[in-house]
This record gives sequence, C-alpha cells and structure tokens, in this order.
Amino acid sequence: MPAIFKLLQSLLSSFKDLIPIILVVSFFEIFILQQAPADLASIMIGLVFIVFGLTFFVFGLEMGLFPIGESLAQALAHKGSVFWLVLFSFSLGFGTTLAEPALTAVANEAAQVAADAGAIKPDEASMNSYAMGLRFTVAIAVGLAILLGVVRILKGWPIHYLIIGGYIIVMVLTTFAPDSIIGIAYDSGGVTTSTITVPLVTALGVGLASVIKGRNPMLDGFGLIAFASLTPMIFVLIYGMVVF
Amino acid sequence: MEVLYGLFDTLLLTARDVIPIAAILFGFQLGVLKRPIANWHKVVLGFFYVIVGLTLFLVGLDLALFPIGESMAEQLTSVEFIHPNLGPDEAIIWQDYLWVYIFAAAIGFSTTIAEPSLIAVAIKANEVSAGAISVQGLRISVAIGVSFGIALGCFRIVVGDPIQYYIMAGYIIVVVQTFYAPKMIVPLAYDSGGVTTSTVTVPLVAALGLGLATNVEGRNPLIDGFGLIAFASLFPMISVMGYAQIVDALNKRRALKEQNNIS
Repeated sequence: MPAIFKLLQSLLSSFKDLIPIILVVSFFEIFILQQAPADLASIMIGLVFIVFGLTFFVFGLEMGLFPIGESLAQALAHKGSVFWLVLFSFSLGFGTTLAEPALTAVANEAAQVAADAGAIKPDEASMNSYAMGLRFTVAIAVGLAILLGVVRILKGWPIHYLIIGGYIIVMVLTTFAPDSIIGIAYDSGGVTTSTITVPLVTALGVGLASVIKGRNPMLDGFGLIAFASLTPMIFVLIYGMVVF
Repeated sequence: MEVLYGLFDTLLLTARDVIPIAAILFGFQLGVLKRPIANWHKVVLGFFYVIVGLTLFLVGLDLALFPIGESMAEQLTSVEFIHPNLGPDEAIIWQDYLWVYIFAAAIGFSTTIAEPSLIAVAIKANEVSAGAISVQGLRISVAIGVSFGIALGCFRIVVGDPIQYYIMAGYIIVVVQTFYAPKMIVPLAYDSGGVTTSTVTVPLVAALGLGLATNVEGRNPLIDGFGLIAFASLFPMISVMGYAQIVDALNKRRALKEQNNIS
C-alpha cells in the first residue's frame, strides 16, 4: 500500500512539472493563433507517457545512476591512483559524448553549412567526414573537460579562474574564426551534456569532493558540467579555423 | 500499433546510448577496482528504470509536444501572422515580432521546468547543501535565465546582430557577478548553464530559431538559425548567481534588523 501511495505521489509531482508547458501551449493556441491543436488524442497519450517517463527516470536516478557514480568515484579516490581516475574521467566524457544524438544532429547541420559556404566539397563523402571530424573534436573536448575538472577537484583550484580563462580563449578565437562556424561553436557547448551524462558527472564530482580531505562538495563538487560546456566551443572554433 | 512500434524503436535507441556509459562504469568497477558492485541488483534495476523512463519520456514528447511546438513556432514566425496586410513599401520592424519574444520566453521557461537533467542536478545540490538550496528555487531561477536568454536570442536573429557581442557582454556580466556572489553558489551556477539544454529544450528551440531565420528577410537559416542554445546556456549562470545574491542580501538585512532589535 505505501508503495502505491508513493508512486501516485511522484506521478503527481511529475505532472506538476508539465503544467507550465500545458498552459503556455493552450494559451497560444486559443488566444493568439485561435485554432484547435490537430490531434488531441495523441497529445493526451503523449502527456501520460511523459508523466510516467519522468517518474521512472527520477526513480532510476536515485537507485542506479547516483549510487554507482558516487561509489565509483569514492572507490577510485581511495585506491589512490591518479592514473585510473584520470583515465576514467576522460573515457566517461569521451564515450558519452560520441554517442550523444543531439550532437550527431548538430554535426550534420554543420556539415551542410560548410558545404554551402564552399569550404568542403558538397558531396556525401566529404560532408560525412566533416561531421565525423566534428563529433570526434567535441568528444575529445568533453573528455578533456571532465579530466581537467577532476584534476581541479584533486588539486583544489578555484573554478572561476579556469572558467574566465576559458572565456578569454573563446573570445580571442572568435575574432579569428570564420563567421559561419561561430554560431555552431557556441551552440556545441550546450548540446553536449545529455540527460544521462549530467547526473553521472554530477555524482562523480560530488563523490570525489566528499572523500578528498579538505574539499567541500558544494564548492569543489560542482563545476564539471561547466568545463564540459566550455571546451567544445574552443575546440570547434579551432576545428573551424583549421578546416575552412 | 504505431505507438507501440515507436516505443520499441526509442527503447532500442535509448539503450544504445546508455550501453557505452554502462560499459565504462561496469568495466572500471570490475576490471580496475576488481570488486563486486554493492547492491548490484538495485543498481541494474535503477538503470532499467532510467532507460524505461527516458523512452516513455521521449515517445511522449514526440506525440504531444514536438509536433505542436514546431508548428506553433512556424506559424508565429510566418509573415502572414506577423503582418497580415503588409503594403508594398512597408517593412517589418523588430517590434512586430512581439508575440515571438513572448512565446520564446514562455516556452523557454516551461520546458526548463520539465528538463530531467536539471531535476537531477537540483536534487543533488539540495542534498549537498543540506537544504540551503531548494530544489524549486534553483529550477525556477534557471528557468528565468533560459526564458530571458531565448527571447533575447530571438531578438538577435530578427535584428541580425553578430552573436559574439551578445555572448561577450554576457560573459562580462558573469565574470563581474562571480566576484560578488556568495562563493558557494559559483560552481553550481556555472554548471546550470550546460544542464538546461538537453532533451526537451533543444528540439523546440531549434525549431524556433530555424523558423525565424527562414522567415526574416536577409537571414540565412543555416547560419543565423544557430546560437539560441548558446543564449540559453549563458543566462542561467547570471540568474542563478543573481538568485543567490538576492537571498544573501535578504538574509543579511534580516540579521541586521534582529541585531538592532536586541540592542
């Protein structure tokens, strides 16, 4: 009985998260565009799916992703081997990003831009190789970002100097990079961090910061995602300069 | 039937995305640490829930939100909606796009509230800060940042300014705020930039940008359509630090008042 009650409760709270979307969409449909949405039945089914999906996701997060992310981080820290920790962080960043569907979509569009601008030949093969190159570039960037973030936690460096330094690099590169790559480069920072990567990387950072002596999980545990959204901009700008 | 097929298809795709991650995790656990996973059946069940949850969520989005959101973005940015009886020597000015900015802000806010990865980070932040950072407070301040960012990004597409000036100005604000905001919030604020834009927000925002860049004269959708995500990842940093600064200032004021009352 309490289990069912708990499930109902989390379903209700997932539904509450959707109310703003429902309100916005209905307001614009009814008052501004003055039309009925096309397929009301499938919208209702979709909403039910979203509510259940969010509920399961949060359940699974606390059962699986958070505990294993944290226990791995702690075990690696206790083992005391910086090499394995660094290798783990790089492969986590690299592996999750290469598989990221949003990145694949953006890379393909970027190849289209490059072909239109005449920077690469507008045939399938060279566009594919351009998109592939871009994906590897971003994946390496994210891998290095997580690695750098973990080293920062180990050493206790303050985060803002690194981030501000990164901003300065982005700005300097922007002045040299071709115009058509700038928008894509700036966007690539945001699209790399997916729904599964974020909880894992957060658990990794917080887990590390809570076992290393003298680190504060709040001050040192967060910040990995920030690096992961900054380095892809730098790498894609450089990629644009090299390839164009 | 079609829905079931879509479910199965998405399940496979989600599993494919999760497998490399699971391989890295279990590989390190068993190969490097050489120790069994504590409560491994619970962890595996958790992974299973995550995959099922994401699958349902994505299929639901495809059924309910994406088609309607994309068609609305298209309609709101079309010339017929913006200016139904445009004369031959009249031009559309940026003020005509008022509803687009409002829609951008509203959809940015509401999709951010439903973003699963933001929920994850907010739960963690609440746990780590021992309740000082509330889950809802963080989510709402991030959502305010995203909504402002996307509206401003739409304005930029309409007027056609180069993106780098806006981003640069945003960076300067972030840097200045960093030195005044409470230290505890800074890393979390930096993180909230990247967290906001994943499953829900990216496709809708991309549709909006593409619609605008296609319909505004003189814009190239392939070049000007990009950049909204960058705005959506920049402004949450500002709003989260701002939120912490406001809370901090209020607390200080209250403490001062109490002190005065005692003496």
